Amino acid sequence: MSNETNTRLQAKFNEGVTEVKALIKHPMETGQTKDLETGKLIPAHFIEEIRCEYNDEVVMSAQWGVGISANPYLAFQFEGGKIGDKVKLTWKDNQGQTETTVTEIIPK
Amino acid sequence: MITSRRNFLKNTLSSAIVLITSTAILSQRVLADWSKMAFTAKNTEEALMALFNDSDATVSDKITIVSPEIAENGKVVPVEVKVDLPRVESITLFSEKNPVPLLAQFNFTGGRAKGWIKTRIKMAETGKVIAVVKADSKLYQASREIKVTVGGCGG
Amino acid sequence: MSMSRRQFLQVMAIASANGLLPQSVFAQRQQSADPYEIPNFGQIRLLHFTDCHAQLLPLYYREPQVNLGLNDRQGKVPHLVGHAFLKHFNIQMNTPAAYAFTHLNYVKAAQKYGKVGGFAHLATLIKRLRETYGREKTLLLDGGDTWQGSGTAYWTRGQDMVGACNQLGVDIMTGHWEFTYPAAEVLANLKQFQGEFLAQNVKVKEEALFVGAAAFNELTGHAFKPYAIRDLSGVRVAVIGQAFPYTPIANPARFIPDWTFGIQETEMQQLVNQIRHQEKPNIVIVISHNGMDVDLKMASRVTGIDAILGGHTHDGVPQPTTVKNRDGVTLVSNAGSNGKFLGVLDFAVNKGKVTAYQYHLLPIFSNLLAPDEEMQTYIDKVRAPYLAKLNEKLAVTEQLLYRRGNFNGTFDQLICNALREQNDAQIALSPGFRWGTTLLPGQPITLEAVLNQTCITYPETYVRNLSGQAIKTLLEAVGDNLFNNDPYLQQGGDMVRTGGLNYVCEPTQAIHKRISNLTLDDGTALDMNKQYKVTGWATVANQSSGKPIWEVVVDYLRAHQTVKLDKINLPQLIGVEANFEAYT
Repeated sequence: MSNETNTRLQAKFNEGVTEVKALIKHPMETGQTKDLETGKLIPAHFIEEIRCEYNDEVVMSAQWGVGISANPYLAFQFEGGKIGDKVKLTWKDNQGQTETTVTEIIPK
Repeated sequence: MITSRRNFLKNTLSSAIVLITSTAILSQRVLADWSKMAFTAKNTEEALMALFNDSDATVSDKITIVSPEIAENGKVVPVEVKVDLPRVESITLFSEKNPVPLLAQFNFTGGRAKGWIKTRIKMAETGKVIAVVKADSKLYQASREIKVTVGGCGG
Repeated sequence: MSMSRRQFLQVMAIASANGLLPQSVFAQRQQSADPYEIPNFGQIRLLHFTDCHAQLLPLYYREPQVNLGLNDRQGKVPHLVGHAFLKHFNIQMNTPAAYAFTHLNYVKAAQKYGKVGGFAHLATLIKRLRETYGREKTLLLDGGDTWQGSGTAYWTRGQDMVGACNQLGVDIMTGHWEFTYPAAEVLANLKQFQGEFLAQNVKVKEEALFVGAAAFNELTGHAFKPYAIRDLSGVRVAVIGQAFPYTPIANPARFIPDWTFGIQETEMQQLVNQIRHQEKPNIVIVISHNGMDVDLKMASRVTGIDAILGGHTHDGVPQPTTVKNRDGVTLVSNAGSNGKFLGVLDFAVNKGKVTAYQYHLLPIFSNLLAPDEEMQTYIDKVRAPYLAKLNEKLAVTEQLLYRRGNFNGTFDQLICNALREQNDAQIALSPGFRWGTTLLPGQPITLEAVLNQTCITYPETYVRNLSGQAIKTLLEAVGDNLFNNDPYLQQGGDMVRTGGLNYVCEPTQAIHKRISNLTLDDGTALDMNKQYKVTGWATVANQSSGKPIWEVVVDYLRAHQTVKLDKINLPQLIGVEANFEAYT
């Protein structure tokens, strides 16, 4: 995964509020699904933790289970933000893979 | 014209958004600890106890769950939670009939985040989606029934 | 041999003189026996057809004899059939109207009064009703399910119907089965369509928008234009489109992966409010594919709509239902299916507001209306390349073959029998579609007739092992889609048809409690833990691997030459005895 990016991140500022949207390419396997060809269970593989920082301040952190859909989508808002400032999103899954994505806040 | 999700990667790379990726192991300082106990709980009370040491959440009409009446796909059910309460600290989502009822917990540290999230969840069968909100150190909740069905036979 | 136009008109004259025809079909004031001579009323005229299912030619379509309405819907429109229907709408037995609206004495009536529908015949009537009223004061609305249901629609990817609707002069449409073509084909067809396609309840999924999917409006997420404003000689009419809310559940979502549907009641109210406030219309209309029960519920909860012109449930309803809500009254109509009816709604407007209306649901008796030449030429042209194969005679039916009704129709049984025999299976399952045309005893079964009952874009058949429990669960789930007490949670068609499987059904129960006593045709009880070989078609989740259903039916018909059914797998019904007429 090292050279690929699996996260699409966007932060838009409007009337004092920054809205962050993220779409992550991830299977979110529950560990309960059978591989139809081999008949064996596909191992659990899901994002456990996700965090969003604005100027090094954590504005949202979440813990997820297997009940979040594959290719997770998340939107949330925080007060403040400035066009051109950086928003950073980091996630880590149960197999230890992690990814950090940074974007600049743009006007809505 | 319509972009498929399969083209997602390509679009991401060609977009104007600045992207920096890192495979560095994250420090435990910034990521919340994943609560194994809450995510192995078999019902919402157990999970709430594991998360908040409290399972008594007051039903509140200040919490709105927006979702379809019937899931178009039980594996991908869009859910929006709007909270009209001051000092929202977290939103925790459950699907009562799932093998793992706890879906996710969103923590709004620093007090900047609005009481609002949108995400997409898996639902095993027809049942309640429950949002538990911690606001001003108290627990509140709201729920919404979503039907999950076999498709077909559309007239 | 059906009646000539002259004989037909004589019947009409006698019936009319004796007061045997309802006002809904034959206006009170007119003296002529011509049922299509309706008085002009008010300032604007809305013409409405729906669910034509790509039927360009005149046909037979038998209305249901079982259309259960449960609890507070029992005995109410649109859950009235047969004698109860005639009584409610004051229609006499053995009249053309009774033939058009009910299943009663169907074969004899069909032989007497002839075929119904046909776009060339519809075109003649539409032209006349627009011209006598003043074309500029009329709108022609199509409720959808227009591009699917025939071989030519399937082979031309719905384009034959787009052309026919352009020729007909359709101003505005919404949709359902239109979405069973891949999104790119839907959009390409809509480019060719000269009217407007409206849908307030089809949105581009947020995540699809996020990665750059196209939308009519990226801010609102509307995939299509939600409403249109038309000025009809000074009367401002707002028309809102409401597509079938459960398209990605009832039909494969894989064809339209970026679009999401739903009733979107809150959005409907907001939109009506916004239109009333900003556009200042005199009349607000919804062209809906919700189905009548959903429309009735929506009309009771959403305010500010003058009329919901509905479809989907194929209910031929002679007069609209008046629904009271918080702020006023909304008319809810349903205009049948298969090109068999044309709804005509005239509105009188005074001081900017609707003050009165006149409604007719006119049956299209093909023998009474000369075909429109231009439309006939068009129809002949689009059919020409396929004519030889469409007309191939595969077998002859010795009995009436039809589908419509809550449970197995005879054509469904034929399909189930074909599936079981061709695929050597114990049980066959066939979807409870409401479309599918009727054949009279003695009529040949052509390929066209088979396609009229089976033609969809996901026709693949399957054979698989299912446990007794899985079969019961499936029947329960489909039963709940039909019989759930909340119309907003009914998202299917009629009940799944079974071949080789009998059961007892108690519709008023809750899910998992409606279906019991499942038995095979030999009388043995279905073992919940045993595996059974099951065959079927039209899988929604994933594409099946078997050949298209029409090939299965064609092979069966070629082998048998004549159709005479020994047994119909109708369930035994409990708790709804007062609610329907006997099966036979």
